[in-house]
Amino acid sequence: MSTNFMSQWVYSPIVKDHFMNPRNTWVEEENFEFDGIGEVGSLACGDQMRIAIQVKDDVIVDLRWLTYGCASAIASTSMMSEMVIGMGLEEAYNLSPATITEALGGLPDHKFHCSVLGDKGLRAAIDDYLVKQKRDNPFKKKVAKVICECNNVTDVAIEDLVKSGEAKTLEDLERITKYGTVCGKCKSEVAELFDQFKHIYST
Amino acid sequence: MEQQIIYLDNNATTPMAQEVVDAISEANTLFGNASSMHGFGREAAFAIEQSREKIAALLECDPNEVVFTSGASEANNTVFNIFRDAIDLGSKRNRIVTTVIEHPSITEMVKFLKKRGYRIDEVPVDKTGRVELETLATYLGEDVALVSVMTGNNEIGTIQRIAEITKMAHAVGAYMHTDATQAIGKIPVQMRTWDVDYMSISAHKFYGPKGIGALAVKNKVPFEAFVHGGHQEGGKRAGTYNTPSIVGVGVAAELAKQNLQSESAHLWSLREMLRKGIEEKIPNVVVNGNQEHCLPGTLDVSFPSAEGESVLLYLDMEGIMVSTGSACASGSLEPSYVLLASGVDIELAHGSIRFSFGRYNTEEEVLYVLEKLPPIIKRLRGMSTR
Repeated sequence: MSTNFMSQWVYSPIVKDHFMNPRNTWVEEENFEFDGIGEVGSLACGDQMRIAIQVKDDVIVDLRWLTYGCASAIASTSMMSEMVIGMGLEEAYNLSPATITEALGGLPDHKFHCSVLGDKGLRAAIDDYLVKQKRDNPFKKKVAKVICECNNVTDVAIEDLVKSGEAKTLEDLERITKYGTVCGKCKSEVAELFDQFKHIYST
Repeated sequence: MEQQIIYLDNNATTPMAQEVVDAISEANTLFGNASSMHGFGREAAFAIEQSREKIAALLECDPNEVVFTSGASEANNTVFNIFRDAIDLGSKRNRIVTTVIEHPSITEMVKFLKKRGYRIDEVPVDKTGRVELETLATYLGEDVALVSVMTGNNEIGTIQRIAEITKMAHAVGAYMHTDATQAIGKIPVQMRTWDVDYMSISAHKFYGPKGIGALAVKNKVPFEAFVHGGHQEGGKRAGTYNTPSIVGVGVAAELAKQNLQSESAHLWSLREMLRKGIEEKIPNVVVNGNQEHCLPGTLDVSFPSAEGESVLLYLDMEGIMVSTGSACASGSLEPSYVLLASGVDIELAHGSIRFSFGRYNTEEEVLYVLEKLPPIIKRLRGMSTR
Protein backbone atom coordinates (compact mmCIF):
# COMPACT_ATOMS: atom_id res chain seq x y z
CA MET A 1 0.00 0.00 0.00
CA SER A 2 2.93 2.33 0.58
CA THR A 3 3.82 2.31 -3.13
CA ASN A 4 3.44 5.39 -5.28
CA PHE A 5 -0.28 5.01 -5.99
CA MET A 6 -0.90 8.54 -4.74
CA SER A 7 1.19 9.92 -7.60
CA GLN A 8 -0.95 8.31 -10.29
CA TRP A 9 -3.95 10.60 -10.29
CA VAL A 10 -7.20 10.54 -12.25
CA TYR A 11 -6.45 13.80 -14.03
CA SER A 12 -3.34 15.67 -15.20
CA PRO A 13 -1.01 17.28 -12.61
CA ILE A 14 -2.26 20.73 -13.73
CA VAL A 15 -5.88 19.76 -13.11
CA LYS A 16 -4.86 18.43 -9.73
CA ASP A 17 -3.08 21.69 -8.85
CA HIS A 18 -6.06 23.84 -9.87
CA PHE A 19 -8.48 21.54 -8.06
CA MET A 20 -6.46 21.55 -4.86
CA ASN A 21 -5.53 25.26 -5.07
CA PRO A 22 -8.23 26.98 -7.09
CA ARG A 23 -7.40 30.54 -8.19
CA ASN A 24 -9.69 33.59 -8.03
CA THR A 25 -12.57 31.93 -6.17
CA TRP A 26 -15.23 34.25 -4.87
CA VAL A 27 -15.05 33.94 -1.11
CA GLU A 28 -18.24 34.81 0.68
CA GLU A 29 -16.73 37.62 2.71
CA GLU A 30 -15.35 39.41 -0.33
CA ASN A 31 -17.51 42.22 -1.62
CA PHE A 32 -16.50 41.87 -5.26
CA GLU A 33 -17.92 44.67 -7.37
CA PHE A 34 -18.51 43.34 -10.83
CA ASP A 35 -19.48 44.87 -14.16
CA GLY A 36 -20.92 41.69 -15.61
CA ILE A 37 -22.06 38.35 -14.28
CA GLY A 38 -23.06 35.08 -15.94
CA GLU A 39 -24.32 31.74 -14.78
CA VAL A 40 -24.52 28.44 -16.65
CA GLY A 41 -25.33 24.84 -15.80
CA SER A 42 -27.63 23.65 -13.06
CA LEU A 43 -27.40 21.85 -9.77
CA ALA A 44 -29.60 19.11 -11.19
CA CYS A 45 -27.05 18.48 -13.93
CA GLY A 46 -24.28 18.23 -11.39
CA ASP A 47 -22.38 21.29 -12.45
CA GLN A 48 -23.08 24.98 -12.24
CA MET A 49 -20.80 28.00 -12.67
CA ARG A 50 -21.15 31.67 -11.85
CA ILE A 51 -18.60 34.07 -13.25
CA ALA A 52 -18.25 37.76 -12.41
CA ILE A 53 -15.96 40.15 -14.26
CA GLN A 54 -14.57 43.63 -13.78
CA VAL A 55 -13.96 45.41 -17.09
CA LYS A 56 -11.87 48.48 -17.84
CA ASP A 57 -11.31 49.79 -21.37
CA ASP A 58 -12.64 46.53 -22.83
CA VAL A 59 -10.12 44.50 -20.86
CA ILE A 60 -11.09 42.02 -18.12
CA VAL A 61 -9.14 43.39 -15.18
CA ASP A 62 -10.42 40.99 -12.55
CA LEU A 63 -12.65 37.95 -12.22
CA ARG A 64 -14.23 35.85 -9.49
CA TRP A 65 -16.01 32.54 -9.86
CA LEU A 66 -18.07 29.97 -8.03
CA THR A 67 -18.43 26.42 -9.24
CA TYR A 68 -20.51 23.50 -8.08
CA GLY A 69 -19.07 20.47 -9.76
CA CYS A 70 -16.44 17.81 -10.09
CA ALA A 71 -12.67 18.23 -10.03
CA SER A 72 -12.40 18.99 -13.73
CA ALA A 73 -15.20 21.56 -13.55
CA ILE A 74 -13.45 23.35 -10.68
CA ALA A 75 -10.07 23.14 -12.41
CA SER A 76 -11.52 24.35 -15.74
CA THR A 77 -13.03 27.46 -14.13
CA SER A 78 -9.86 28.14 -12.19
CA MET A 79 -7.68 27.81 -15.29
CA MET A 80 -10.05 29.94 -17.35
CA SER A 81 -9.92 32.65 -14.68
CA GLU A 82 -6.14 32.77 -14.83
CA MET A 83 -6.12 32.88 -18.60
CA VAL A 84 -8.58 35.73 -19.10
CA ILE A 85 -7.56 38.23 -16.42
CA GLY A 86 -5.79 40.95 -18.39
CA MET A 87 -7.30 39.75 -21.65
CA GLY A 88 -9.30 41.94 -24.03
CA LEU A 89 -13.05 41.24 -24.26
CA GLU A 90 -12.90 40.07 -27.86
CA GLU A 91 -10.13 37.59 -27.22
CA ALA A 92 -11.82 36.39 -24.06
CA TYR A 93 -15.10 35.93 -25.93
CA ASN A 94 -13.32 33.76 -28.46
CA LEU A 95 -11.58 31.62 -25.88
CA SER A 96 -12.45 28.09 -26.84
CA PRO A 97 -13.03 25.09 -24.55
CA ALA A 98 -10.21 23.34 -26.39
CA THR A 99 -7.78 26.07 -25.33
CA ILE A 100 -8.80 25.67 -21.68
CA THR A 101 -8.54 21.89 -21.92
CA GLU A 102 -5.12 22.14 -23.53
CA ALA A 103 -3.86 24.48 -20.81
CA LEU A 104 -5.04 21.93 -18.25
CA GLY A 105 -2.89 19.26 -19.85
CA GLY A 106 -5.97 17.54 -21.24
CA LEU A 107 -9.24 16.18 -19.84
CA PRO A 108 -10.83 12.76 -20.32
CA ASP A 109 -13.40 12.80 -23.17
CA HIS A 110 -16.42 12.59 -20.89
CA LYS A 111 -15.14 15.62 -18.95
CA PHE A 112 -14.77 17.89 -21.94
CA HIS A 113 -18.14 19.52 -21.27
CA CYS A 114 -16.69 20.90 -18.02
CA SER A 115 -14.40 23.17 -20.02
CA VAL A 116 -17.33 24.02 -22.30
CA LEU A 117 -19.18 25.28 -19.24
CA GLY A 118 -16.24 27.49 -18.25
CA ASP A 119 -16.18 29.08 -21.66
CA LYS A 120 -19.97 29.54 -21.78
CA GLY A 121 -19.98 31.06 -18.33
CA LEU A 122 -17.42 33.60 -19.36
CA ARG A 123 -19.39 34.51 -22.49
CA ALA A 124 -22.52 34.89 -20.40
CA ALA A 125 -20.66 37.33 -18.14
CA ILE A 126 -19.41 39.34 -21.11
CA ASP A 127 -22.91 39.32 -22.66
CA ASP A 128 -24.27 40.65 -19.38
CA TYR A 129 -21.60 43.35 -19.27
CA LEU A 130 -22.45 44.53 -22.81
CA VAL A 131 -26.19 44.54 -22.04
CA LYS A 132 -25.55 46.63 -18.94
CA GLN A 133 -23.46 49.02 -21.03
CA LYS A 134 -26.30 49.10 -23.58
CA ARG A 135 -23.84 48.08 -26.27
CA ASP A 136 -24.37 45.72 -29.18
CA ASN A 137 -22.46 42.49 -29.04
CA PRO A 138 -19.82 42.77 -31.74
CA PHE A 139 -18.24 39.40 -30.96
CA LYS A 140 -21.18 37.10 -31.42
CA LYS A 141 -21.18 36.92 -35.20
CA LYS A 142 -17.50 36.14 -35.42
CA VAL A 143 -17.72 33.05 -33.29
CA ALA A 144 -20.90 31.80 -34.94
CA LYS A 145 -20.54 28.72 -37.11
CA VAL A 146 -23.12 27.76 -39.68
CA ILE A 147 -24.52 24.32 -38.93
CA CYS A 148 -27.49 24.12 -41.28
CA GLU A 149 -26.20 25.46 -44.59
CA CYS A 150 -29.52 25.24 -46.39
CA ASN A 151 -31.38 27.50 -43.98
CA ASN A 152 -28.38 29.35 -42.54
CA VAL A 153 -28.77 28.27 -38.90
CA THR A 154 -25.75 28.93 -36.72
CA ASP A 155 -24.64 27.30 -33.48
CA VAL A 156 -25.09 30.66 -31.77
CA ALA A 157 -28.68 30.84 -32.97
CA ILE A 158 -29.38 27.37 -31.61
CA GLU A 159 -27.68 28.27 -28.36
CA ASP A 160 -29.73 31.46 -27.97
CA LEU A 161 -32.99 29.62 -28.60
CA VAL A 162 -32.16 26.96 -26.02
CA LYS A 163 -30.90 29.52 -23.55
CA SER A 164 -34.02 31.68 -23.81
CA GLY A 165 -36.25 28.63 -23.48
CA GLU A 166 -37.93 29.24 -26.85
CA ALA A 167 -36.71 25.86 -28.08
CA LYS A 168 -37.52 23.35 -25.38
CA THR A 169 -37.45 20.40 -27.74
CA LEU A 170 -35.82 19.57 -31.06
CA GLU A 171 -39.27 19.93 -32.65
CA ASP A 172 -39.50 23.52 -31.35
CA LEU A 173 -36.08 24.19 -32.81
CA GLU A 174 -37.11 22.81 -36.19
CA ARG A 175 -40.32 24.82 -36.19
CA ILE A 176 -38.46 28.06 -35.44
CA THR A 177 -35.33 27.65 -37.56
CA LYS A 178 -36.43 25.13 -40.22
CA TYR A 179 -33.08 23.41 -39.75
CA GLY A 180 -32.62 20.13 -41.54
CA THR A 181 -35.77 20.52 -43.62
CA VAL A 182 -33.99 20.78 -46.95
CA CYS A 183 -31.08 18.38 -47.34
CA GLY A 184 -31.21 17.03 -43.77
CA LYS A 185 -27.43 16.61 -43.58
CA CYS A 186 -27.09 18.66 -40.39
CA LYS A 187 -29.68 16.78 -38.33
CA SER A 188 -27.38 14.71 -36.15
CA GLU A 189 -25.02 17.63 -35.52
CA VAL A 190 -27.93 19.86 -34.51
CA ALA A 191 -29.28 17.15 -32.21
CA GLU A 192 -25.89 16.84 -30.57
CA LEU A 193 -25.55 20.60 -30.09
CA PHE A 194 -29.10 20.80 -28.77
CA ASP A 195 -28.37 18.16 -26.12
CA GLN A 196 -25.18 19.96 -25.15
CA PHE A 197 -26.87 23.34 -24.77
CA LYS A 198 -29.82 21.74 -23.01
CA HIS A 199 -27.39 20.34 -20.46
CA ILE A 200 -25.71 23.69 -19.99
CA TYR A 201 -28.78 25.90 -19.79
CA SER A 202 -31.50 23.72 -18.32
CA THR A 203 -32.49 24.82 -14.86
CA MET B 1 -2.57 14.05 12.73
CA GLU B 2 -0.32 12.03 10.52
CA GLN B 3 -1.51 11.03 7.05
CA GLN B 4 -3.33 7.74 7.26
CA ILE B 5 -4.75 5.34 4.73
CA ILE B 6 -8.35 4.52 5.50
CA TYR B 7 -10.33 2.23 3.28
CA LEU B 8 -14.08 2.88 3.52
CA ASP B 9 -15.18 1.32 0.26
CA ASN B 10 -15.82 -2.23 1.44
CA ASN B 11 -19.08 -2.49 -0.53
CA ALA B 12 -17.00 -2.13 -3.69
CA THR B 13 -14.62 -4.83 -2.61
CA THR B 14 -12.81 -6.05 0.50
CA PRO B 15 -9.17 -6.93 1.10
CA MET B 16 -8.55 -10.65 1.39
CA ALA B 17 -8.33 -11.98 4.93
CA GLN B 18 -4.84 -13.20 5.82
CA GLU B 19 -6.34 -16.65 6.46
CA VAL B 20 -7.65 -16.61 2.89
CA VAL B 21 -4.31 -15.48 1.44
CA ASP B 22 -2.55 -18.31 3.27
CA ALA B 23 -5.07 -20.92 2.18
CA ILE B 24 -4.89 -19.81 -1.47
CA SER B 25 -1.13 -19.76 -1.38
CA GLU B 26 -1.14 -23.33 -0.14
CA ALA B 27 -3.81 -24.40 -2.62
CA ASN B 28 -1.79 -23.04 -5.52
CA THR B 29 0.14 -26.31 -5.49
CA LEU B 30 -3.07 -28.29 -6.05
CA PHE B 31 -2.57 -28.07 -9.79
CA GLY B 32 -4.39 -31.27 -10.70
CA ASN B 33 -7.51 -30.92 -12.81
CA ALA B 34 -10.25 -31.66 -10.31
CA SER B 35 -12.12 -33.60 -12.99
CA SER B 36 -9.24 -36.08 -13.40
CA MET B 37 -9.57 -39.51 -11.82
CA HIS B 38 -5.94 -39.77 -10.73
CA GLY B 39 -4.37 -38.77 -7.44
CA PHE B 40 -3.65 -35.13 -8.24
CA GLY B 41 -7.16 -34.71 -9.61
CA ARG B 42 -8.75 -36.30 -6.55
CA GLU B 43 -6.64 -34.11 -4.26
CA ALA B 44 -7.98 -30.95 -5.92
CA ALA B 45 -11.53 -32.31 -6.01
CA PHE B 46 -11.37 -33.04 -2.30
CA ALA B 47 -10.34 -29.45 -1.52
CA ILE B 48 -13.19 -28.15 -3.70
CA GLU B 49 -15.79 -30.31 -2.00
CA GLN B 50 -14.62 -29.13 1.41
CA SER B 51 -15.07 -25.57 0.28
CA ARG B 52 -18.52 -26.36 -1.07
CA GLU B 53 -19.54 -27.62 2.35
CA LYS B 54 -18.42 -24.38 3.98
CA ILE B 55 -20.45 -22.31 1.52
CA ALA B 56 -23.48 -24.50 2.11
CA ALA B 57 -23.10 -24.01 5.87
CA LEU B 58 -22.87 -20.26 5.40
CA LEU B 59 -25.94 -20.02 3.15
CA GLU B 60 -27.98 -22.65 4.96
CA CYS B 61 -28.33 -25.08 2.07
CA ASP B 62 -27.01 -28.47 0.96
CA PRO B 63 -23.53 -28.76 -0.55
CA ASN B 64 -24.98 -30.28 -3.72
CA GLU B 65 -27.00 -27.07 -4.21
CA VAL B 66 -23.87 -24.91 -4.52
CA VAL B 67 -22.64 -24.11 -8.04
CA PHE B 68 -19.34 -22.22 -8.27
CA THR B 69 -19.32 -19.32 -10.71
CA SER B 70 -16.95 -16.49 -11.59
CA GLY B 71 -18.89 -14.22 -9.26
CA ALA B 72 -22.34 -12.81 -8.57
CA SER B 73 -22.66 -11.19 -12.01
CA GLU B 74 -22.41 -14.58 -13.65
CA ALA B 75 -24.72 -16.11 -11.04
CA ASN B 76 -27.35 -13.40 -11.65
CA ASN B 77 -27.05 -13.73 -15.42
CA THR B 78 -27.39 -17.50 -15.10
CA VAL B 79 -30.69 -17.22 -13.25
CA PHE B 80 -32.21 -14.83 -15.77
CA ASN B 81 -30.98 -17.04 -18.58
CA ILE B 82 -32.76 -20.07 -17.08
CA PHE B 83 -36.10 -18.29 -17.36
CA ARG B 84 -35.34 -16.71 -20.68
CA ASP B 85 -34.79 -20.23 -21.94
CA ALA B 86 -38.03 -21.51 -20.42
CA ILE B 87 -39.92 -18.62 -22.03
CA ASP B 88 -38.24 -19.36 -25.38
CA LEU B 89 -39.44 -22.94 -25.09
CA GLY B 90 -43.00 -21.72 -24.74
CA SER B 91 -43.62 -21.53 -20.99
CA LYS B 92 -46.97 -19.94 -20.18
CA ARG B 93 -45.29 -18.20 -17.30
CA ASN B 94 -43.52 -15.60 -19.34
CA ARG B 95 -43.04 -12.58 -17.11
CA ILE B 96 -40.20 -11.75 -14.71
CA VAL B 97 -40.59 -9.37 -11.76
CA THR B 98 -37.61 -7.58 -10.24
CA THR B 99 -36.91 -4.15 -8.72
CA VAL B 100 -35.53 -0.80 -9.85
CA ILE B 101 -32.58 -0.89 -7.45
CA GLU B 102 -30.89 -4.17 -8.38
CA HIS B 103 -27.20 -4.45 -9.18
CA PRO B 104 -26.21 -3.63 -12.80
CA SER B 105 -25.69 -7.35 -13.48
CA ILE B 106 -29.48 -7.56 -13.23
CA THR B 107 -30.64 -4.13 -14.45
CA GLU B 108 -28.48 -4.39 -17.58
CA MET B 109 -29.64 -7.95 -18.19
CA VAL B 110 -33.21 -6.65 -17.87
CA LYS B 111 -32.53 -3.91 -20.45
CA PHE B 112 -30.97 -6.46 -22.77
CA LEU B 113 -33.91 -8.85 -22.50
CA LYS B 114 -36.57 -6.15 -22.73
CA LYS B 115 -35.06 -4.98 -26.00
CA ARG B 116 -35.65 -8.49 -27.27
CA GLY B 117 -39.29 -8.42 -26.28
CA TYR B 118 -39.26 -10.23 -22.94
CA ARG B 119 -41.79 -9.06 -20.38
CA ILE B 120 -40.02 -7.82 -17.28
CA ASP B 121 -41.41 -5.51 -14.61
CA GLU B 122 -39.23 -3.50 -12.28
CA VAL B 123 -41.06 -2.79 -9.03
CA PRO B 124 -40.49 0.68 -7.55
CA VAL B 125 -39.23 1.17 -4.00
CA ASP B 126 -40.24 3.54 -1.21
CA LYS B 127 -38.22 6.57 -0.11
CA THR B 128 -35.92 4.36 1.95
CA GLY B 129 -35.22 1.97 -0.92
CA ARG B 130 -37.56 -0.73 0.36
CA VAL B 131 -39.94 -2.76 -1.76
CA GLU B 132 -43.46 -2.27 -0.40
CA LEU B 133 -45.19 -5.61 -0.21
CA GLU B 134 -48.57 -4.16 -1.24
CA THR B 135 -46.95 -2.63 -4.31
CA LEU B 136 -45.18 -5.87 -5.14
CA ALA B 137 -48.47 -7.75 -4.88
CA THR B 138 -49.89 -5.71 -7.75
CA TYR B 139 -47.13 -6.99 -10.00
CA LEU B 140 -47.60 -10.67 -9.19
CA GLY B 141 -49.80 -13.08 -11.07
CA GLU B 142 -50.10 -16.53 -12.58
CA ASP B 143 -47.97 -15.48 -15.55
CA VAL B 144 -44.90 -14.70 -13.42
CA ALA B 145 -42.04 -17.15 -13.79
CA LEU B 146 -39.42 -15.54 -11.56
CA VAL B 147 -39.21 -12.91 -8.84
CA SER B 148 -35.72 -11.51 -8.24
CA VAL B 149 -35.07 -9.10 -5.35
CA MET B 150 -31.68 -8.32 -3.85
CA THR B 151 -31.16 -9.01 -0.14
CA GLY B 152 -29.35 -5.77 0.74
CA ASN B 153 -28.53 -2.85 -1.51
CA ASN B 154 -24.90 -2.04 -2.35
CA GLU B 155 -25.34 1.74 -2.39
CA ILE B 156 -27.73 2.62 0.40
CA GLY B 157 -27.69 -0.67 2.31
CA THR B 158 -31.47 -1.10 2.48
CA ILE B 159 -32.47 -4.66 3.45
CA GLN B 160 -35.50 -6.29 1.83
CA ARG B 161 -38.03 -8.69 3.37
CA ILE B 162 -36.85 -11.71 1.41
CA ALA B 163 -38.78 -14.32 3.40
CA GLU B 164 -42.09 -12.47 2.95
CA ILE B 165 -41.39 -11.72 -0.70
CA THR B 166 -40.51 -15.37 -1.32
CA LYS B 167 -43.81 -16.42 0.21
CA MET B 168 -45.66 -14.05 -2.10
CA ALA B 169 -43.73 -15.29 -5.16
CA HIS B 170 -44.42 -18.92 -4.30
CA ALA B 171 -48.10 -18.15 -3.68
CA VAL B 172 -48.52 -17.32 -7.37
CA GLY B 173 -46.31 -20.23 -8.41
CA ALA B 174 -43.22 -18.21 -9.31
CA TYR B 175 -39.64 -19.06 -8.36
CA MET B 176 -37.62 -16.75 -6.13
CA HIS B 177 -34.08 -15.46 -6.60
CA THR B 178 -32.13 -13.14 -4.33
CA ASP B 179 -28.76 -11.55 -4.93
CA ALA B 180 -27.30 -11.81 -1.43
CA THR B 181 -23.85 -10.50 -2.41
CA GLN B 182 -23.81 -7.48 -0.09
CA ALA B 183 -25.42 -9.24 2.86
CA ILE B 184 -22.89 -12.02 3.47
CA GLY B 185 -21.08 -11.70 6.77
CA LYS B 186 -23.26 -8.72 7.74
CA ILE B 187 -26.71 -10.19 8.39
CA PRO B 188 -27.92 -13.80 8.59
CA VAL B 189 -28.46 -15.17 5.08
CA GLN B 190 -30.78 -18.16 5.23
CA MET B 191 -31.68 -19.94 2.06
CA ARG B 192 -33.81 -22.60 3.81
CA THR B 193 -35.52 -20.36 6.34
CA TRP B 194 -36.34 -17.83 3.66
CA ASP B 195 -37.26 -20.68 1.28
CA VAL B 196 -35.42 -18.97 -1.60
CA ASP B 197 -34.88 -21.00 -4.81
CA TYR B 198 -31.78 -19.26 -6.15
CA MET B 199 -29.17 -17.19 -4.32
CA SER B 200 -26.10 -15.36 -5.71
CA ILE B 201 -22.94 -14.52 -3.80
CA SER B 202 -19.47 -13.17 -4.59
CA ALA B 203 -16.31 -13.98 -2.59
CA HIS B 204 -14.54 -10.63 -2.84
CA LYS B 205 -17.29 -8.86 -0.91
CA PHE B 206 -16.50 -10.93 2.18
CA TYR B 207 -12.70 -10.99 2.26
CA GLY B 208 -12.32 -13.73 -0.34
CA PRO B 209 -10.61 -13.63 -3.73
CA LYS B 210 -11.94 -11.85 -6.82
CA GLY B 211 -13.33 -13.75 -9.78
CA ILE B 212 -15.11 -16.43 -7.77
CA GLY B 213 -18.61 -16.71 -6.40
CA ALA B 214 -21.50 -19.09 -6.29
CA LEU B 215 -25.09 -19.63 -7.24
CA ALA B 216 -26.99 -21.72 -4.74
CA VAL B 217 -29.79 -23.58 -6.52
CA LYS B 218 -32.47 -25.46 -4.64
CA ASN B 219 -32.85 -29.06 -5.75
CA LYS B 220 -35.56 -29.73 -8.36
CA VAL B 221 -36.02 -26.13 -9.49
CA PRO B 222 -35.49 -25.24 -13.16
CA PHE B 223 -31.88 -25.06 -14.24
CA GLU B 224 -30.06 -24.48 -17.48
CA ALA B 225 -26.30 -23.98 -17.83
CA PHE B 226 -25.15 -20.51 -18.84
CA VAL B 227 -21.61 -21.64 -19.67
CA HIS B 228 -21.67 -24.83 -21.76
CA GLY B 229 -18.77 -27.22 -21.99
CA GLY B 230 -17.40 -29.97 -19.75
CA HIS B 231 -19.42 -31.77 -17.13
CA GLN B 232 -18.09 -29.79 -14.13
CA GLU B 233 -20.59 -28.91 -11.40
CA GLY B 234 -22.85 -31.70 -12.58
CA GLY B 235 -23.22 -30.00 -15.94
CA LYS B 236 -24.47 -26.82 -14.29
CA ARG B 237 -21.38 -24.74 -15.02
CA ALA B 238 -18.60 -25.74 -17.41
CA GLY B 239 -14.97 -24.72 -17.13
CA THR B 240 -11.97 -26.24 -15.36
CA TYR B 241 -12.20 -25.75 -11.62
CA ASN B 242 -10.35 -22.73 -10.22
CA THR B 243 -9.12 -24.72 -7.24
CA PRO B 244 -7.14 -22.05 -5.32
CA SER B 245 -9.94 -19.47 -5.53
CA ILE B 246 -12.55 -22.05 -4.56
CA VAL B 247 -10.44 -22.95 -1.55
CA GLY B 248 -10.17 -19.23 -0.77
CA VAL B 249 -13.91 -18.59 -0.87
CA GLY B 250 -14.41 -21.59 1.42
CA VAL B 251 -12.15 -20.12 4.07
CA ALA B 252 -13.80 -16.73 3.66
CA ALA B 253 -17.22 -18.35 4.11
CA GLU B 254 -16.07 -20.11 7.26
CA LEU B 255 -14.84 -16.82 8.75
CA ALA B 256 -18.01 -14.98 7.74
CA LYS B 257 -20.16 -17.58 9.48
CA GLN B 258 -18.01 -17.74 12.63
CA ASN B 259 -17.78 -13.98 13.10
CA LEU B 260 -21.23 -12.92 11.93
CA GLN B 261 -22.54 -11.59 15.22
CA SER B 262 -19.45 -9.76 16.40
CA GLU B 263 -18.71 -8.42 12.94
CA SER B 264 -22.23 -7.16 12.43
CA ALA B 265 -22.10 -5.32 15.76
CA HIS B 266 -18.64 -3.90 14.94
CA LEU B 267 -19.78 -2.56 11.55
CA TRP B 268 -22.94 -1.00 12.94
CA SER B 269 -21.11 0.73 15.79
CA LEU B 270 -18.57 2.29 13.40
CA ARG B 271 -21.34 3.30 11.00
CA GLU B 272 -23.37 4.91 13.75
CA MET B 273 -20.32 6.64 15.19
CA LEU B 274 -19.62 8.21 11.80
CA ARG B 275 -23.26 9.10 11.16
CA LYS B 276 -23.65 10.84 14.50
CA GLY B 277 -20.32 12.61 14.10
CA ILE B 278 -21.23 13.89 10.64
CA GLU B 279 -24.66 15.09 11.77
CA GLU B 280 -23.04 16.83 14.71
CA LYS B 281 -20.14 18.46 12.88
CA ILE B 282 -21.56 19.28 9.45
CA PRO B 283 -24.68 21.38 8.91
CA ASN B 284 -27.25 20.49 6.27
CA VAL B 285 -26.61 16.81 5.55
CA VAL B 286 -29.06 14.12 4.48
CA VAL B 287 -28.61 10.45 5.35
CA ASN B 288 -30.00 8.26 2.55
CA GLY B 289 -31.63 4.86 2.78
CA ASN B 290 -33.49 3.04 5.52
CA GLN B 291 -32.06 3.68 8.97
CA GLU B 292 -33.77 0.71 10.58
CA HIS B 293 -33.34 -1.98 7.94
CA CYS B 294 -29.83 -1.22 6.78
CA LEU B 295 -26.74 -3.35 6.17
CA PRO B 296 -24.66 -2.57 9.25
CA GLY B 297 -21.57 -1.21 7.46
CA THR B 298 -23.22 1.08 4.91
CA LEU B 299 -23.66 4.82 5.35
CA ASP B 300 -24.79 6.93 2.40
CA VAL B 301 -24.84 10.67 3.01
CA SER B 302 -25.64 13.64 0.77
CA PHE B 303 -23.87 16.96 1.23
CA PRO B 304 -25.86 19.62 -0.63
CA SER B 305 -23.66 22.17 -2.47
CA ALA B 306 -20.66 19.84 -2.40
CA GLU B 307 -20.40 17.68 -5.50
CA GLY B 308 -19.64 14.01 -4.87
CA GLU B 309 -16.61 13.50 -7.08
CA SER B 310 -14.92 16.55 -5.59
CA VAL B 311 -15.60 15.32 -2.07
CA LEU B 312 -14.27 11.88 -3.00
CA LEU B 313 -11.06 13.28 -4.48
CA TYR B 314 -10.41 15.68 -1.60
CA LEU B 315 -10.92 12.78 0.82
CA ASP B 316 -8.59 10.65 -1.29
CA MET B 317 -5.90 13.31 -0.86
CA GLU B 318 -6.23 12.71 2.87
CA GLY B 319 -5.93 8.98 2.34
CA ILE B 320 -9.64 8.30 2.88
CA MET B 321 -11.23 6.12 0.20
CA VAL B 322 -14.99 6.23 -0.40
CA SER B 323 -17.38 6.16 -3.34
CA THR B 324 -20.02 8.52 -4.73
CA GLY B 325 -23.36 8.39 -6.52
CA SER B 326 -22.50 11.54 -8.45
CA ALA B 327 -22.82 11.56 -12.23
CA CYS B 328 -19.35 12.99 -12.68
CA ALA B 329 -17.73 9.92 -11.21
CA SER B 330 -19.70 7.54 -13.36
CA GLY B 331 -18.75 8.80 -16.79
CA SER B 332 -22.35 9.59 -17.67
CA LEU B 333 -24.50 12.63 -17.02
CA GLU B 334 -26.88 10.72 -14.77
CA PRO B 335 -26.30 10.24 -11.06
CA SER B 336 -26.96 6.95 -9.25
CA TYR B 337 -30.19 5.24 -10.39
CA VAL B 338 -30.51 3.65 -6.95
CA LEU B 339 -30.64 7.03 -5.22
CA LEU B 340 -33.02 8.50 -7.80
CA ALA B 341 -35.30 5.45 -7.56
CA SER B 342 -35.33 5.86 -3.78
CA GLY B 343 -36.71 9.35 -4.17
CA VAL B 344 -33.45 11.15 -3.45
CA ASP B 345 -33.53 14.58 -5.07
CA ILE B 346 -31.25 14.75 -8.10
CA GLU B 347 -29.12 17.52 -6.57
CA LEU B 348 -28.64 15.44 -3.43
CA ALA B 349 -27.71 12.43 -5.53
CA HIS B 350 -24.89 14.43 -7.12
CA GLY B 351 -23.58 15.22 -3.66
CA SER B 352 -23.80 11.71 -2.22
CA ILE B 353 -20.95 9.85 -0.58
CA ARG B 354 -21.02 6.21 0.41
CA PHE B 355 -18.90 5.15 3.36
CA SER B 356 -18.82 1.36 3.63
CA PHE B 357 -17.12 -0.26 6.58
CA GLY B 358 -15.40 -3.61 6.81
CA ARG B 359 -13.80 -6.04 9.20
CA TYR B 360 -10.53 -4.13 9.50
CA ASN B 361 -11.82 -0.61 10.16
CA THR B 362 -11.38 0.95 13.60
CA GLU B 363 -12.83 3.72 15.75
CA GLU B 364 -9.59 5.68 15.35
CA GLU B 365 -10.22 5.72 11.64
CA VAL B 366 -13.71 7.13 12.14
CA LEU B 367 -12.22 9.88 14.31
CA TYR B 368 -9.73 10.69 11.56
CA VAL B 369 -12.55 10.95 9.00
CA LEU B 370 -14.52 13.20 11.35
CA GLU B 371 -11.46 15.43 11.59
CA LYS B 372 -10.83 15.65 7.82
CA LEU B 373 -14.33 15.63 6.33
CA PRO B 374 -15.93 18.79 7.79
CA PRO B 375 -13.30 21.24 6.45
CA ILE B 376 -13.50 19.58 3.01
CA ILE B 377 -17.28 20.05 2.85
CA LYS B 378 -16.91 23.62 4.10
CA ARG B 379 -14.28 24.41 1.51
CA LEU B 380 -16.26 22.97 -1.41
CA ARG B 381 -19.42 24.72 -0.27
CA GLY B 382 -17.42 27.93 -0.06
CA MET B 383 -16.49 27.80 -3.73
CA SER B 384 -19.88 26.49 -4.87
CA THR B 385 -22.61 28.58 -6.51
CA ARG B 386 -24.91 29.72 -3.73
